[in-house]
Amino acid sequence: MKTLFIGAATLALATGGAWAADIGACLITKTDTNPFFVKMKEGAQQGAKENGIKLSTFAGKLDGDVETQIAAVETCIASGAKGILITPSDSRALAPVVTQARDAGLLVIALDTPFEPADVADATFATDNFKAGELIGQWAKAKLGDGAADAKIAFLDLNPSEVSVDYLRDQGFMQGFGIDIKNPTDIGDEDDPRIVGHDVTNGNEEGGRMAMENLLQRDPSVNVVYTINEPAAAGAYEALKAMGREDKVLIVSVDGGCPGVQNIADGVIGATSMQFPLLMASKGIEAIKHFAETGEKPQNTEGLDFYNTGVELISDEPVDGLPSKTSAEGLKMCWG
Amino acid sequence: MTDTTEPAARGQDFERSLAQSDTRVAQFAEDRRGVVGTIQHILHGNPTLVPIIVLLVSIGVFGLIAGERFFSPFNLTLIMQQVSIIGMLAAAQSLIILTAGIDLSVAAVMVLMSVIAGNLAVYMGVPSILALPVAFAGGAAAGLLNGLLVTRVKLPPFIVTLGTWNIFYALNLWLSGAQSIRSQDIDAEAPLLKFFGNAVDIGDARITYGSILMFVTFGVLWYLLNKTAWGRHVYAVGDDKEAAELAGIRTDRTLMSVYMLAGLVCAIAAWSSIGRVGSISPQAFYEGNLQSITAVVIGGISLFGGRGSVLGALFGALIVGVFQSGLRLAGVDVLWQVFAIGWLIILAVAIDQWIRKVSG
Repeated sequence: MKTLFIGAATLALATGGAWAADIGACLITKTDTNPFFVKMKEGAQQGAKENGIKLSTFAGKLDGDVETQIAAVETCIASGAKGILITPSDSRALAPVVTQARDAGLLVIALDTPFEPADVADATFATDNFKAGELIGQWAKAKLGDGAADAKIAFLDLNPSEVSVDYLRDQGFMQGFGIDIKNPTDIGDEDDPRIVGHDVTNGNEEGGRMAMENLLQRDPSVNVVYTINEPAAAGAYEALKAMGREDKVLIVSVDGGCPGVQNIADGVIGATSMQFPLLMASKGIEAIKHFAETGEKPQNTEGLDFYNTGVELISDEPVDGLPSKTSAEGLKMCWG
Repeated sequence: MTDTTEPAARGQDFERSLAQSDTRVAQFAEDRRGVVGTIQHILHGNPTLVPIIVLLVSIGVFGLIAGERFFSPFNLTLIMQQVSIIGMLAAAQSLIILTAGIDLSVAAVMVLMSVIAGNLAVYMGVPSILALPVAFAGGAAAGLLNGLLVTRVKLPPFIVTLGTWNIFYALNLWLSGAQSIRSQDIDAEAPLLKFFGNAVDIGDARITYGSILMFVTFGVLWYLLNKTAWGRHVYAVGDDKEAAELAGIRTDRTLMSVYMLAGLVCAIAAWSSIGRVGSISPQAFYEGNLQSITAVVIGGISLFGGRGSVLGALFGALIVGVFQSGLRLAGVDVLWQVFAIGWLIILAVAIDQWIRKVSG
């Protein structure tokens, strides 16, 4: 029923007429499967309801599904919407179609994942992903103390296409841990001997397990594991447990989903950086409404090329000089 | 052939004239083949030989490149763990491909059944021992749906399973709310779901129940296909459905049983996948359909049906696992794994075509 309604609303918008006064907006997420995007959708729907906006939602089939997202942007332009909120599956490949949308007079806001360059979109509402990585890097370094000098670190990244959210978190972690990151947009060009290797997880448990197994094969003495998100961390933990090494390894992650925060409480993950997808989406909806009424575009956070929706370090083992919240506090503000 | 130089046999004495006739029974002319031809002929008679050779050669080559870490019993058994789920899916897939069909829905059926079993056992308090049979029945029912659409509505298997892939995937997202069920919750509520994650350790080697299950599944399917009348029917239907029909085989019934069995194997794979992955993740194995087809094709089972041994799919899955492990251990970037597997697929089918020329 819901899709029917949205479809009908889109059609009505496209034909103009009596509906022309309503503000239309589109939300295009990477997938419908990741709870992060499910939550983002909830935030957008809630914001749309409060602001009297007609929201259409679209999603790719899997992370990296560029075609579906391009088609969604095109549909959205055709529907006569005022604005698009999008988490690009590929921060470069979607630039041309997004430029088309802006040329057609739509406000385009990137959520979560910035475009490259960021000014392809009118604005970006996102977690400071580099900062998110940096926090868990600093935490891991402080936790290891003197041991940080000869740590063995495995990197469990997203996928082979090295999208911005992937390299930002990855390189942020390195910065926080004290590794020379070389080219900050390139994963894998570092030569620090503490790096055991990088592998990809597709951001899910199965991929996390496989990648962890592969890296343990390269060096069984891994004692720090950076993971792109908490499902990948859960998979990595299974691999470590199977090899009896789960107590000898620090796992850090990014996301702040409720199962992930619960995994902090259970000692699976040492620390995670929490993001706020609901906020990204509801702020985005407000910005579209503001733009439709006044023509004003949202401003970036000072000193950054995006609007920072905040990040919070969650850990049950706090370290000196690094403010963090406990898992119990985290469970109250987690998403998913 | 019976060229009698004597005058015509006398009276009714047929036997006498036979004495000089050719005693050989009917046979094909044996041309001189040469080395290449002989190899071609042997390979034609033994369809699993090529994948076995490729597997051994690739183990040898990666052993040289990646060194003793690759050759360790631990790593070799790890490869078996890593391919255990795709291997099970490839077993189901090879059943369908032997009937000249293709099943794009295998991984979607598997993930859906793991979500059903998980929801029942972890969230709804149904004992695992009851939740699992529900998932098995669900797998068989999913197969039945595919089979009915193929045989009764007479749609091509590609179209049917392309449709049901999407349908099962959507149901899976709906049932799971796109959320994973955490490993710790499964441990607490329904440890039986993780049964196949247990392992037998022999020295450094670690053989999970899941990898044993894969070998047993292939063994059972091999027996069914090669030693039972049902198996002969499957091959006959795959080779030439009309001829099989004329020979008195109830082809639709055979096809339906094949789809149901494949669905059941997917549901058993679902159980195994919970042990392997730990969590029940609705977004895992999205590429499992295509990975299973890859294993089957590399294993030398003909996409045109009726030819190849189900064991080939097992070797096909292991070859892919060996390539992935070997390239990773050698420190090769992940995209070159994808590249290498692409060439393997093309090479496998090219060899298959060359071998088929024997009978052409």
